[in-house]
Amino acid sequence: MKAKIIITPKKAVLDPQGKTVQTALAHMGYTGVTGVHIGKYIEIDLAPGTDQAAASKALNEAAHKLLSNPVIEDYKLEIE
Amino acid sequence: MNFAILQFPASNCDQDAVHAVRLLGHSARLVWHKDASLGDTDAVIVPGGFSYGDYLRCGAIARFSPVMQAVKQFADNGGLVLGVCNGFQVLTEAGLLPGALIRNRDLQFHCENVFLKTATADSPFTSRIPAGKVLRVPIAHGEGCYFADEETLAQLKANHQILWQYCDATGDLTDSANPNGALQNIAGICNEARNVAGLMPHPERACEPLLGSADGKWIFESIFAALKNKSVAQVA
Repeated sequence: MKAKIIITPKKAVLDPQGKTVQTALAHMGYTGVTGVHIGKYIEIDLAPGTDQAAASKALNEAAHKLLSNPVIEDYKLEIE
Repeated sequence: MNFAILQFPASNCDQDAVHAVRLLGHSARLVWHKDASLGDTDAVIVPGGFSYGDYLRCGAIARFSPVMQAVKQFADNGGLVLGVCNGFQVLTEAGLLPGALIRNRDLQFHCENVFLKTATADSPFTSRIPAGKVLRVPIAHGEGCYFADEETLAQLKANHQILWQYCDATGDLTDSANPNGALQNIAGICNEARNVAGLMPHPERACEPLLGSADGKWIFESIFAALKNKSVAQVA
């Protein structure tokens, strides 16, 4: 089992990396790109047979406390 | 006065802080990140560096260290805590200060002298800074852009929690004097109770003319004065 956590900067937060990449894409001729947001992807291995609901609860807590900073980031958690 | 200077793996301004406090006539000792107690301490400095390699986010891992639980308790009891650079990041991650520090807007690491305007003398960290004095102190960071949501920013302003702002040599808060894109040119803030403060610039590296500036000592002199008042009040 695996948990996948995608962390992205909140809309109101300055994302200079995203802006720089967006500009680079435009320079390369990729048109129609209206925004680039750079975040993090975390993959967590879970022991086989782990209870999905319990894991989801624990990982949401961990994502809130450690894996993301709710002041500046949003996250999305998937367990599969 | 006794200063506890925290030492995390990859702290690198801890010795500078010890040196500055001792140079200014007080005692300082290092407290290892695994220590669960601060011992006999009047004030705490969370120093600059790259605690735990800045993994995940600057300060994100350090906040869970045993010593930070002791610092939290010390702060909750009204103890004075100053976070410098990475120390500021650690204090925001720990929830002892509002907001967050993100990548500099130009994505560059800035190592240079900046000018600071003191926004209020009403704090244990600013009371002795001469009125109108523009401080010249160094910065050395890649992630010093202060961010807080609008509501938090309004609270900071209403409670006069903004302590220092980046300015030009004449004290004007211009955009070109802002090295990292911080909201409102914010270089340092304090909590609502005014006993915990953090700033990105390094006052401990500017306490003697030999280092190019002695302006940082005003921040330390403010802390010494606040601690003296506190001990006088306790005796009385």
